[in-house]
Amino acid sequence: MTETTISGRIWVLLDEKGHLIENIDTDQIFHNAHLHITDVNKMGEYTLGNLEGWKDFPQKSRPGDILVVGRNFGAGSSRQQAVDCFRSLQIGAILSPSFGAIYFRNAVNSGFPVLRGLQIPQLVDEGKLETGDEICLHFLSGEAQIINKNLSFPIIPMSDVQSEIYRAGGLYNYGKTWTQD
Amino acid sequence: MPKTVIEKIIQSHTHDEVAPGKIVWMDLDIRSARDFGGPNVVKNYGREYGDEPVEDKTKTFFTFDLCVPACSLKYAENQQVCRDFSGKQGIKVFDVDQGIGSHVLIEEGLASAGTTVVGTDSHLNILGAVDCFGQGMGDVDITFAFKTGKTWFEVPETLRVDITGKSPPETTAKDLTLYILKQLGTKKAALKAVEFFGEGVRDLSLAGRITLCSMVTEMAGIIGFIPEAMPDSEYANSVSIDVSGLTPQIAAPSSPENVFAVSELKDTEIDSGFIGSCTNGRTEDFAAAARILKEHKVKEGVMLKVVPATRRVYRELLDQGILETLFSCGAIISNPGCGGCAEGHIGLTGEGEVQISTGNRNFAGKQGRGKTYLASPEVVAASCLAGRIIRPEDL
Repeated sequence: MTETTISGRIWVLLDEKGHLIENIDTDQIFHNAHLHITDVNKMGEYTLGNLEGWKDFPQKSRPGDILVVGRNFGAGSSRQQAVDCFRSLQIGAILSPSFGAIYFRNAVNSGFPVLRGLQIPQLVDEGKLETGDEICLHFLSGEAQIINKNLSFPIIPMSDVQSEIYRAGGLYNYGKTWTQD
Repeated sequence: MPKTVIEKIIQSHTHDEVAPGKIVWMDLDIRSARDFGGPNVVKNYGREYGDEPVEDKTKTFFTFDLCVPACSLKYAENQQVCRDFSGKQGIKVFDVDQGIGSHVLIEEGLASAGTTVVGTDSHLNILGAVDCFGQGMGDVDITFAFKTGKTWFEVPETLRVDITGKSPPETTAKDLTLYILKQLGTKKAALKAVEFFGEGVRDLSLAGRITLCSMVTEMAGIIGFIPEAMPDSEYANSVSIDVSGLTPQIAAPSSPENVFAVSELKDTEIDSGFIGSCTNGRTEDFAAAARILKEHKVKEGVMLKVVPATRRVYRELLDQGILETLFSCGAIISNPGCGGCAEGHIGLTGEGEVQISTGNRNFAGKQGRGKTYLASPEVVAASCLAGRIIRPEDL
């Protein structure tokens, strides 16, 4: 759960023209029609359920897979379900040039790894980062390796707060140690 | 160098050093949850903290505004879960009759200048309109805030936006907001606080300030402020936007930043209109629409939906005869809440339907399968009379 280096197969969220999809909002990730669901285990099947071309993602993905997405991922609402649906599918991490602010902190608080890599759009455009590649992410040193291509690129290392919350297994556990100080 | 508005507010709520990029632990004056998110907060709270009391029940609230009164069993049960928790904890609920939580917090004086407020509403940064630190957060954050009264926060950089020139009198706060959104897109203000300067924004009423600050969310910004003082802080970037030639603006499907002059999209046929939301749900928004609709009828076949932001706004609309005007022109008037934006209240669109709305989001699928345009109350009203997108002056 709290490994600071993980590996997995990647899915690159492209549109029908083969471009990285930007500004994917929380209604595309987890539509507001399903907000009454409060059980994490039941959220997975709705993941990306309103994103054209990716509605079958819950059937395609496997535990440990890593998502590569376009900038401003998770724009829009504050719903935690848009993070929890990926936890439900046991996705390993999400990698993006940038995230919506609320989305990013929701993920941090859930102990779910979200990492930023500014070179991602360029790597995708150049065909160096493709669906099916095996990637290894080092959260603390900030290195990402594309194992099958013997390539690496930088990601922004987790901040102290992010890595502390992540290693504690989420905000609640972190808070319990912190309030005892 | 004096601190920016957001830095000053955060500094008055933390002992940590405040500077852009620093993560601080800050004290919260108000923490709230809605009928979406709220049930998750209650569930999380029980799992993590059992029956322990919240940190300060006088600073903790529920605001029901999304599915009000509940239109399905699931939502009814979720709201009751929050009421039961509130009863045990002694927390006040602004229940299904009260309207949009962020607006209720302003009206009640709970969100005021220099205070810090969080809740499960991604448009809570609307509170920047009253110089308050407001942030929407997810249910994990809010559960933690209920228990501890604190949150972690990365101090954002601040973008300075100078609005130059004077916008023509026939334009509105929404036109100004959409035009600024067009200029800033979702990149220039991304993850930043924004300070708006210039006569064009300083002269805005509270309703106008709410309109502008609400859509900082759509600019991907953290929060927007309209400071009284002249800019003297250190800003990460600055942008200047001339509004002297402003005309009525409209955002086309399916992104709020996809902004055009209304004249560029004129004669696009519409099936329905919506006036309301946290962006344009104040009394003066409906009064502006009523001035255009008065003694006219909405075009046959067009459905106009009206949702006041709060019960207080509803009262004012009653007292000022505005509801009479809206009713007589053919509008459907609902009780206060988030209808028109969130699924659960009124205002979904069917496949092929074209809607013009005063809301703040028109993402694909957000309000149903139809297409949604975003504009001012005046443009929505005029378009509902004409049955097609039109500027009020061209009626």
